[in-house]
Amino acid sequence: MEKFNVFASRLLPKEDYVCSGHRACQGCAEALAMRLVHKALGRNTIAASATGCMEIISSPYPETAWNIPWLHVAFENSASVGSGIESGLKALMRKGRIPKRKINVIAYGGDGATADIGLQWVSGAMERGHNMLYVCYDNEAYMNTGIQRSSATPLHAATTTSPAGKTIGGQQTWKKNVPEIMVSHNIPYVATINPSYPFDFMRKVKKAAEIDGPAYLHAYSCCPTGWGSRPELGIQLGRLAVETGAFPLYEVEYGKYSVQEKVEEFRPLKDYVKLQRRFRHLTDEQINASQERLKQEYALLLKKEQMSKEGD
Amino acid sequence: MAVRKGIEVSLAVAEAAAACDVDCIAAYPITPQTHIVEHLSELVNDGELDAEFIPVESEHSAMSCCCGTAAAGARTFTATSSQGLALMHEILFIAANLRLPIVMTVANRALSAPINIWNDHSDIMTERDAGWLQIFAENGQEATDMVPICHRIAEDKRVLLPIMLNFDGFIVSHVVEPIICLDKEEIATFLPIYEPQQRLDIDHPITMGPVGMPEVYTEAKMAHEAAVQNSYEPICEILEEFGKQFGRTYKPVETYKTEDADIVYIMMGAAAETAMSWVDKVRDSGKKVGIVRFRLWRPLPVKAFKEAVKGFKVLCVVDRHFSPGGAGGPVAQEVKYMLYGEENAPKVVEVVAGLGGRDLDYDAFETMYDKCKKVLDGGEVPPFELIQARGGHYGKI
Repeated sequence: MEKFNVFASRLLPKEDYVCSGHRACQGCAEALAMRLVHKALGRNTIAASATGCMEIISSPYPETAWNIPWLHVAFENSASVGSGIESGLKALMRKGRIPKRKINVIAYGGDGATADIGLQWVSGAMERGHNMLYVCYDNEAYMNTGIQRSSATPLHAATTTSPAGKTIGGQQTWKKNVPEIMVSHNIPYVATINPSYPFDFMRKVKKAAEIDGPAYLHAYSCCPTGWGSRPELGIQLGRLAVETGAFPLYEVEYGKYSVQEKVEEFRPLKDYVKLQRRFRHLTDEQINASQERLKQEYALLLKKEQMSKEGD
Repeated sequence: MAVRKGIEVSLAVAEAAAACDVDCIAAYPITPQTHIVEHLSELVNDGELDAEFIPVESEHSAMSCCCGTAAAGARTFTATSSQGLALMHEILFIAANLRLPIVMTVANRALSAPINIWNDHSDIMTERDAGWLQIFAENGQEATDMVPICHRIAEDKRVLLPIMLNFDGFIVSHVVEPIICLDKEEIATFLPIYEPQQRLDIDHPITMGPVGMPEVYTEAKMAHEAAVQNSYEPICEILEEFGKQFGRTYKPVETYKTEDADIVYIMMGAAAETAMSWVDKVRDSGKKVGIVRFRLWRPLPVKAFKEAVKGFKVLCVVDRHFSPGGAGGPVAQEVKYMLYGEENAPKVVEVVAGLGGRDLDYDAFETMYDKCKKVLDGGEVPPFELIQARGGHYGKI
């Protein structure tokens, strides 16, 4: 993996719609993911952000990093706001008030805004069938408020509200599987994306935008500040997350599963966790137990892929 | 052509919104508002109204969605009540500061607990500070007329603020009244097609809802305050224009039989109409009472109110909400704020009544009168009183 050169900026569109000069931390993979999303979507896009890191780093008045129309309302409701934008455009185009053309509407939320406080809003927007994308940046905790646990925080990870204490060591629950919840909404498209795989990432974003109806994308987003990892290791951590089975890459199109960057032989989970301070307190036993569960989940994912093929 | 017909007020309000050719409605059911949005979804599904009806999963989501539709440049309408309004609380402030001209009817209803679906003003009074314009309609005709008026005010380039149209839940919303319903063509002559000042437009990208650091937050608030205050003149103009065009003129503050009154009741909403009947009745027996009603509540029509109550001896402020352990009812607080330091200011008797659907009947107005008469005769002004409570019926707290 270390030998693989993923930096291929020459092959990406030159235009940026989330511009440099924003206030993200060094090595923030969430900002990178957001940039890639907009490289894929192009200029005919309107975005609604939830309160969170990506909102505050990109819009401290009078500065803005946004080169497309952008709206922030509150924390939990970006999906609803996005559904409103989509509905507004639809009505105005139908009534001939604005020119008819394809405009991508995208709503953003972090893992807290998606898996916890905003789950209802995301569910509602997806269920109602709006022609929009929702992208969850999953950096596995509430980073903007200072690294508190969310339901998307992985087992045993230390955060400021699930500290590695003397008797209780970090997060005590398994990561909530939001992409599966979205699959259960029977929407046309659900996919996991990871900026360490920029071409897979952008292909999926484009597909999500092209599909008629709601699409949900779940983006792995390394947070050096929250995870206690070195800023220059973001891309490597993203690839290790896939290779250890911690964050499988897959897409579900009209209920059919397909897995990308398939793992034949799992890298030891230890290779991934040892690079992050949030896992520093883990015992080998705990790491092995997690690895076993990740393998089981991966096997289940492959079975779903197999069943999808058999169904064809 | 406008037709006068017997119609449930909620349905007339919905038809008025449809006649305003609204582009988007995002709403969630809550009693006693539900008939409004039910009827709007009927009109959309029957092809009579070309709009997006977005049946969202909560009121919080309704207001969030309205922010999106309005920011996209669509004429936006919604309705709610009570708990629903309370659930929207967070987003109300944001919609106002984003200067999104959303029109929302609020069928006023008590807040829980105990859960109660009937009328008072506790839902709306707790949202006084949200930065919306707020209007109270007393009856069905007024509620119906106010829908195009509210859209016109909200979308006026000198205003650009969201507006709440209040009327009493059930007492107004569910009553069948003879109402003159304006049709789409008539309303179009009063309410032009909405042309947003700013919207989410891919050809002219703007950033809406940025972070306001301490260096700019105060200025943003000041700009908002100026916008709300400066809306007063346009509101008056628009009300007058509606009157000229359709023959029904509404003013920010209304008076009833106040010319020679000693005691004047300060009210808003449908109860003021009951009070007017009571005034008609007791005037014959020599009680010199009158009524001043707020139609406009935000911006607070300070000058018009002061003018309306000038020279009276005793004001009886009838509040439909109060702040437990605080300074009584919100209307009385603001009335006293307006009168403080005024020369020969009237004395203010404060009562809280008509909570959670308790009838504001002639008995209640008599009780208030007795309190005011004592003050008129030189007695001390009593502290605020919650009348109509059993176990000390009409007794002091």
